[in-house]
Amino acid sequence: MQKLNLLIIDDEQGLRYGIVRTLRDFSFKPDEYDDEVSFQISEAGTGQEALAIMDKQELDIALVDYKLPDINGVELLNIIREKKYNLLSVFITAYASLDVAVCATRNGAYDFLAKPFSPDELKNVIRKASSRIILQKKAKKLEEEKKLIRFEFLSVLSHELKAPLNAIESYLRIIESRISGEDIASYEKMIKRSLERVEGMKKLIFDLLDLTRIESGQKKRMISPVNLQEAASKSIETYQSMASDKGIHVVLKSEKEILINADAGEMEILFNNLISNAIKYNKDYGDVVISLSKENDAVKITVEDTGIGFKDEEKSKIFKEFVRCRNELTQGIEGSGLGLSILSKLVKLYDGSINLESQFGKGSKFLITLRKI
Amino acid sequence: MTSEVKSYTGKTAIIIDDDIDYLEILRIYLENYGFSVVTAGSFEEGMRLLDEVVYDLAVFDLMMENADSGFVLSYNSKKKYPTIPVLILTNVANETGIRFDNLSDEKKAWIKADGVLNKGIRMEQLKKEIDRVFAK
Repeated sequence: MQKLNLLIIDDEQGLRYGIVRTLRDFSFKPDEYDDEVSFQISEAGTGQEALAIMDKQELDIALVDYKLPDINGVELLNIIREKKYNLLSVFITAYASLDVAVCATRNGAYDFLAKPFSPDELKNVIRKASSRIILQKKAKKLEEEKKLIRFEFLSVLSHELKAPLNAIESYLRIIESRISGEDIASYEKMIKRSLERVEGMKKLIFDLLDLTRIESGQKKRMISPVNLQEAASKSIETYQSMASDKGIHVVLKSEKEILINADAGEMEILFNNLISNAIKYNKDYGDVVISLSKENDAVKITVEDTGIGFKDEEKSKIFKEFVRCRNELTQGIEGSGLGLSILSKLVKLYDGSINLESQFGKGSKFLITLRKI
Repeated sequence: MTSEVKSYTGKTAIIIDDDIDYLEILRIYLENYGFSVVTAGSFEEGMRLLDEVVYDLAVFDLMMENADSGFVLSYNSKKKYPTIPVLILTNVANETGIRFDNLSDEKKAWIKADGVLNKGIRMEQLKKEIDRVFAK
């Protein structure tokens, strides 16, 4: 039950009592909201009393009488607006003329009640105002959650960039001060590792751009028939030298043509992520097998490796951003921690699914299903 | 710099960090101060090392398998050898919002480390920190 704070500002005690009686047991469920709303009611007999309450307490709705003993209702609306109290005002008046209505609205009243009003009329006005407040609160909460996610993302990102930067900086300082002697050969490994970490940072930035493009939906998708057999072959070619360095054998099992309506760039990202992972996290002289097949209105892509694999507790986490499995086997392997997160977002665009079978130390098998769009 | 007196000759330091570059960088620094260095590249391996090696100084990375792996290592080291100094190095001193340099005594007691330092630390600064913990 969500309680909204409501203040009745009217010098007529009888009227205040009537409103309290109508609203104290009143509750309702706003559209598209999964909770009931009811009211915590307070009362003020004068404008000054009302302002004192507003200073002390957060209010959601104020019922403001036109004629108050100290301040005119319209003036009170003005003060409420100037002080930027975050509440909706409903104006109560016995003189239900258009002039008063326009004047009050201009001064920030949200709605109107003309005296005398029935309990149902009162409830209707309150229902309308409450729904609007609930909507505002929901939007605000969403905005705050978004801010928090963004903050977390940025702090992790800055850490992911700081770690390699610190390492590179330290290596450079060691080289600069010739700690290991004058012979440049003593520094070869440090230079090589610095370059590898620069490469890792570059990859992180590229992955970040991919992720942003996919998430923002701003990049225009060019959907046309894509032959996955060709897309996979191209990606294998891209990572051939990386595979050769580790003596890894990459095989593609597919018919000549596996067509899907897709964005060619997205398919390239998909294969690049899957295949580079399968090579990177493989053991020396291991295997990578990529199989493509058609199945009714879907295509299936499986990428199997003989590499490090995942521990059971890692499997559920790895599709989240910046999650990398840190263990004795993954040490020294550069990665942005974004590849699988990008993959899972891409697969969603094709109404697809990812299934992961893996045994730590034995290897992994990613099974991707994409539906034709 | 190589001509500097190696003040810690004869002493052993252990370094536990899952970043192979930092393992190397810290090894170079500490050897430069005269330490013999033993390293471990993961939390698990590190826990074994704490049991197997007799050491005079321990340097741990903070975030390994878990965000607080370094604190756990530190706790275990201090439990076994309360007087052996422990330094924790991290990339995240700023991000966590925790200012390690002015922790309350209560928190220091829980963390157990003798210092929590930023990973970008220079060789001369690290030496000063080590001198400080050995002077205690």
